[in-house]
Amino acid sequence: MNDWQYRLAEHRGTLTAVAIFVVMFIIYTANHPAGFTANVIQTAANKGVLLAFVAMAQTMVVITAGIDLSVGMIFLLTNCLASWLVVGSPLETTFGVVIVLVVGAVCGAINGAIVIYGRLQPIVATIATGAIYFGVALLLRPFPGGSVNEGLADALTGRIFGVVPASLAALAAVVVLIWVPFSRSVYGRAAYAVGSSETAAYMSGMPIRRGKLLAYTLSGLVAALGGLFLTFFTYTGDAAFASGNAYTLFSIAAVVLGGVSLFGGKGSAIGAVFGALAFRTIGDLLFVFDLDPLWQPLFQGLILLAAISLGALALFRVRNRLEWFL
Amino acid sequence: MMHVNGRKPNFLRKLDPAVVTAFGCILLLLVLGSFYSRSFLSPEYLLQQLKVASFLGIIATGMMLVILLGQIDLSVPWTVATGAMMACAAAAYGPVGTALAIPFGILCGIGIGLVNGVGVAYLRIPSMIVTLATNAVAQGVMVVYTGGFSPQDSATAAMRYLSTGALIPGIPNVVFIWGLVGTAMVFLLRRMGFGRAVYGIGNRERAAYLSGINTRRIVMIAFAASGGLSAFGGVLLAGYASKASQSMGDAYLLPAIAAVVLGGTSILGGRGSYLGTVAGVILVTLLQSILSVTQMPEAGRQIIYGVMIILMLLLYGRAPASR
Repeated sequence: MNDWQYRLAEHRGTLTAVAIFVVMFIIYTANHPAGFTANVIQTAANKGVLLAFVAMAQTMVVITAGIDLSVGMIFLLTNCLASWLVVGSPLETTFGVVIVLVVGAVCGAINGAIVIYGRLQPIVATIATGAIYFGVALLLRPFPGGSVNEGLADALTGRIFGVVPASLAALAAVVVLIWVPFSRSVYGRAAYAVGSSETAAYMSGMPIRRGKLLAYTLSGLVAALGGLFLTFFTYTGDAAFASGNAYTLFSIAAVVLGGVSLFGGKGSAIGAVFGALAFRTIGDLLFVFDLDPLWQPLFQGLILLAAISLGALALFRVRNRLEWFL
Repeated sequence: MMHVNGRKPNFLRKLDPAVVTAFGCILLLLVLGSFYSRSFLSPEYLLQQLKVASFLGIIATGMMLVILLGQIDLSVPWTVATGAMMACAAAAYGPVGTALAIPFGILCGIGIGLVNGVGVAYLRIPSMIVTLATNAVAQGVMVVYTGGFSPQDSATAAMRYLSTGALIPGIPNVVFIWGLVGTAMVFLLRRMGFGRAVYGIGNRERAAYLSGINTRRIVMIAFAASGGLSAFGGVLLAGYASKASQSMGDAYLLPAIAAVVLGGTSILGGRGSYLGTVAGVILVTLLQSILSVTQMPEAGRQIIYGVMIILMLLLYGRAPASR
């Protein structure tokens, strides 16, 4: 196999996600009454970026063959914390942002520690920590409220040079500054290797524990970035259980659409980001086609069901029936 | 495991340490609760808890079957709601509808479960995703059907009798129903080929397939059963509240998984006993009840609930440190 063919195969999931998103977004803007304008893109970006952050956070855990069912609750917790701390003078605001990010990273690290050193299954461990994080969020904000440094919020949700949505630029910056260095580092490779085969990774002397712990920690950090942006969009903190749950579930859907294997070791956060943007565009599409909003959850579900069933086409290529079973 | 327990008497050897720990935790909770208030050990309180636990117990039974296969069913919330809403909806269609309300509700749940089962068994989609998607579809259908509001139809008299009545004075019917469901499940798991196949698939599906088990059919049936039991739980819950509501199932997904896992069933499948699930269900119910009786605010309840689950799992739910 040629080098470029190999690379194409490696990134097939990501490229498919990009293609799905581009096609959907073109249909969306073509049918939007305002068309392809900066305003339309900004609104779409601001809607999609939140899920994109949470999906990126989910990806980091999923590539280690884990799953993080607390990611939506970390998102809520950091939202509630930011509504207290990210206010006041520039110095206070900076301090607040740093604290919020550190808290997110600590939440992620707690998940990682329980999974790695406590040897619990990620799915049950993060269900339990999710309850804890939600409890803390509720302690911080029993009722929706709070405020945020509006100057910073408007700057990060507005447009740069009147064209590029700032939230999209921030998302790209996070991908470049966190995901790319991580996935290329030794620990990132170890996280992928653990996802493929923990035993083989261990036998090859990879730093599997530190790789996994770093993946979980960064996952918490990125979820906290999502929480920060939620605060910037809404100006409030709100510990809404249903919203946290929905973000967790949608993040899994986005990860799958983004070509990341839930069995671990395969996929990229960039794919998940596009998966998230595509997932959000489904809702927007229904809006421009003037569908009753009542039908939106059903269509979102049906499209999700159809998208995942497409993966079953690979079954036709199976020559040996034993390959049905992993 | 056998060599560890080799010198113990026979009846002790048969006991799963996880189940024993779970029952130990139940006793501990009761003792702790009785320090807070005398009424914790009264028969009325215990029966009331058993009644509340029965709804979770029926739903957790289906969840256990799926977890034993090494899969998971995340479609519980809207399967419960669909079962409840469809049963109440059928009740609006005259005497025939009233008579068929309960079977119709359960049938809708079995339908959702069948979609899950086909997706997992035949299309080989990871269960976490396909059940998530069917949950979304079920929610979508119900939102369209109800117009986004809680439906006005109310539960039939039969549904209300099943969940609030008492055939034998003092013992609620729903406890009997859980007992029946549980007995059937134990019989299925212990005495029938189906149960052995479930354990086999949970351990290694490839090996089960090679030994001649139609693994795909078994997986599909298990998911259908899980959907049916969730919907049955929903039907009973609708009878309890005398109507169905939008988010009635949300509070049952995580507790059902927690109950099965706290009862010593491995989330990876292939290992676990129904007695453990019974212990897990009672444990989760008691924990929730004690936290609410002590008038702890919701935030504190969630934190303690999460911490307790992690601590109990660290006590006996750890994976072996095999390398």
